[in-house]
Amino acid sequence: MTKIKGAEAFIETLRREGVRHIFGYPGGAVLDIFDVIMDVKDIKFILSRHEQGAVHAADGYARSSGRVGVCLVTSGPGATNTVTGIATAYMDSIPIVVFTGQVPTHLIGNDAFQEADVVGITRPCTKHNYLVKDVTDLPRIVKEAFYIARTGRPGPVLVDLPKDVMNATIKFQYPEDVSLQGYKPVYKGHAGQIKKLVDLVLKSKQPVIYAGGGVIHSNASEELRKFAHLTRIPVTTTLMGLGAFPSDDPLSLGMLGMHGTYRANMAVTYTDCLIAIGARFDDRVTGKIDEFAPKAKIVHVDIDPTSISKNVKVDIPVVGDCKLVLKDIIKALERRQEEVKELAKRLDTWHGRIEEWESKYPLRYNKGSKIKPEYVVEVLDKLTPEDTIVSTEVGQNQMWAAQFYKFRMPRLFLTSGGLGTMGYGFPAAIGAQVAFPRRTVVDIAGDGSIQMNIQELATAVQYGLPVKVIILNNSYLGMVRQWQGLFYKKRYSHTSLAVSPDFVKLADAYGARGILVEESSDVEDAIKEALKIKGPVLVDFHVDPEEDVYPMVPAGAPVSKMLLV
Amino acid sequence: MRHVISVLVDNEAGVLSRVAGLFSGRGFNIESLSVAPTLNPEKSKMVITTRGNNELIEQIIKQLNKLINVIKVVHYKGKEFVEREMILVKVNAREDSRAEILRIVDIFRAKVVDVSPKSYTLELTGDRDKLEGFIDLLAPMGIVDFVRTGAVVIEREQKKRRL
Ligand SMILES: Cc1ncc(C[n+]2csc(CCOP(=O)(O)OP(=O)(O)O)c2C)c(N)n1
Ligand SMILES: [Mg+2]
Repeated sequence: MTKIKGAEAFIETLRREGVRHIFGYPGGAVLDIFDVIMDVKDIKFILSRHEQGAVHAADGYARSSGRVGVCLVTSGPGATNTVTGIATAYMDSIPIVVFTGQVPTHLIGNDAFQEADVVGITRPCTKHNYLVKDVTDLPRIVKEAFYIARTGRPGPVLVDLPKDVMNATIKFQYPEDVSLQGYKPVYKGHAGQIKKLVDLVLKSKQPVIYAGGGVIHSNASEELRKFAHLTRIPVTTTLMGLGAFPSDDPLSLGMLGMHGTYRANMAVTYTDCLIAIGARFDDRVTGKIDEFAPKAKIVHVDIDPTSISKNVKVDIPVVGDCKLVLKDIIKALERRQEEVKELAKRLDTWHGRIEEWESKYPLRYNKGSKIKPEYVVEVLDKLTPEDTIVSTEVGQNQMWAAQFYKFRMPRLFLTSGGLGTMGYGFPAAIGAQVAFPRRTVVDIAGDGSIQMNIQELATAVQYGLPVKVIILNNSYLGMVRQWQGLFYKKRYSHTSLAVSPDFVKLADAYGARGILVEESSDVEDAIKEALKIKGPVLVDFHVDPEEDVYPMVPAGAPVSKMLLV
Repeated sequence: MRHVISVLVDNEAGVLSRVAGLFSGRGFNIESLSVAPTLNPEKSKMVITTRGNNELIEQIIKQLNKLINVIKVVHYKGKEFVEREMILVKVNAREDSRAEILRIVDIFRAKVVDVSPKSYTLELTGDRDKLEGFIDLLAPMGIVDFVRTGAVVIEREQKKRRL
C-alpha cells in the first residue's frame, strides 16, 4: 500500500463520510490541507468572510438538510472565532464537525505563533473534541467525530489538527466501524415505561403534547402527526419545534412560552397530562417553574437522560429516540381502539375550552400608519413557496418570524433558540442555500443583528447564493429596548441604532441588490420583486420603531399571566 | 449530604479536565479526588467525594455518563463499601513530646516514615474518622506540615452475596 500525507488522508476520510461541502477559512496551520483541497472536485469548499460565518453556515446546512455540517479553519484566531458558532450549535443540538488547524505538536504549549488551546476552550461547548497527536489515529478520530456528532442527541464535535500531523505520512486505512466503550446512545424506549405512558394518556381528560426540537432531529414529524390525530390531543411546539407539527393543523396550538400563544400557555397551565417529546423545559418555555403545568402528570420522552427531571419533576420518563418511541406509542394505541375512541370523544370539552381561549386572545397586532413588522412577515408567508427555508436573527425579528410565518414542515425554520446568537441567521441561510440551491431561502433580520455577520454578503455574491434578507429595521436593538420599556421605566440605555449604514448602498457595494421600503402599501411589491431577483437581496423595511412583541410572559412570571395587546 | 462516586474513564489527556469541568460548570464542589490507572493501563479510575442534594447528584451522574470518555459511574451508598484515605503529617518532636507521639503512633497503628532532631513524619491510612482522631491528638504537639489523599473506595463483597 502506498503512503499518503495526513492532509490527503483527512480529505479521503471526509469523502468516505459522504461530505459534499466544507465551509471555512484558510491560514498558516492548515495550508497543507488547503493545498490538497485545491484539486478536489467532489467536495466543494465555500470561503466565508469570517470563521463565525463558516460555522453558522455549516449549522444552517445541517439543520435544513439533516446532514452533518463541516467547517475547516486555521489555528489560533481562526479557531477562537468559531467558538460562538460552536456554542450555538451545542445549545440547539446541531450535528456539525469543526476542524481547526493547530501548531506543530512539538510547539504545543509553547505559546507559539497563532497557538490557542482550542480543545480546552471548546470543552464545555462541544459534545466531544479531539486533538490528533498521531497521524495513524486520524481516520479513526475523524470517523468517530462524525459518528458522535450525528448520533444520540446530536451536537458539535471539534477536531484539532496539528500541522506536522497533516504532513506526516500513513498507509491509509478507513476504519470499518466505530467502537466507543463509553458512548452507547439508547434509542429504543423501555416497553414498561411506554405502557405506563399510554395508560396515563388514555385516562387523561385535558392532555397536551409539548413538542420540541428533538422531534425534528429524529425526523419524527409524521409519527407526531399520527399520534395527535389518532387521539385528537392538541399540540404545542417550542421555538425549536416549529415545523415539527403543521401550524395550520386544527390540533395545533402554536408556540408556547414567553412569546407563545395565549391558548398554548393556558392549555399547559390547565392540562392534566403533559406529554413532552424532545423538549427540555427551558426557562423561556416554562416561565415560573412552580406554576408550570401545576395540575398535570408529566411524561417526558427524550434521548438525553440529563434532560429528564432536570428542571421539572417528571412522572413517567422514557429515554429513547422520539421517532421510535412514538412508533411504539402508536402501536400500543392501535391495540386499544375502544379506549382511544373514548379519549378522542372525551376531548370535545377540552377543545371547546381551547377555542374559547383562542377567540378571546388570538395572535394579533394593531394596525397603524407605519409599516408593522408583523405585517411584513405575514406578507412574506403569503408570497413564498411552501418549502421556503426561513432563518432568523435574534430579538423581536425572531419572535415575529416565529409567530407570523406559518411553518408547515420540519427543517424549514433555522433559529438560534438556546444561545440566542445575533448574527446567526444570515450565514445559516447561506448554508441552507448551499444545501438547497433551488429553494427560496430567507433571513428575517433585525437592523442590529444583520450587522454582526454582514460581511457574508460577499460569500453569497461570490457563490451566487440568492438568499433574501428581510431587515425589519426599527432603528433599535428592539428586544432589549422592549425590556427597558417594560421593566426599566423606558430608560433606553444604549439601545438606539440611530446610526446604521444605508443598506441599499451597502448591498450595492457588495455587488448584491438592495431595496428600501418605507410605506405599508409597498410591502407586497417589494417582496415580489426581491423574490424575482436571481441573486442575493437585502430588503430594508423601515418599520414602526416602537412596536413590541406580544403576547409576553415577563421573565420569571407564570405562563398564565401574559401581557396581551 | 456527602456522596462518594467512582468514575471509570479512558486514560487520556484532558479527561480529568472534562470531569472537573462538569462539576465546576454546575457549581458543584469536588471535596476530594483520587485518580490512577486501573490494572488495564488504558483506563483510569477516579474516586470523587462531593456534597449536594440528591437531585443535583443524580444530574451530575447523568452528565458524567454522557461524557464520551466515561465508561462507568458508580454511586456508593450506605455502608456497602470500604473507604480509605492516607495522610502524611510532620509534627514537632521536642524532648518532652517524643514518647507521647510514638505512643499515639502505636495506638493508631501509624508509621514513622522520617525522623529528624526536631520532627517526626508519620503515615496513617484509614477511614475519615480514624484520620481525624489521629490529627486531633497530634495537634497539641504542633503540626508543621500535613498532606492528605483523596478517598479510594471498593465495594464490599458480601453485598454481592446478599443479592
Ligand atoms: C451576540 C449577541 N449580543 C447581544 C445579544 C442581546 N440581544 C438580544 S436581542 C438584541 C437586539 C437585537 O436587535 P436587532 O437585531 O435590531 O433585532 P430587533 O429586536 O430590533 O428585531 C440584543 C442586543 C444577543 N442576543 N446576541
Ligand atoms: Mg432592530
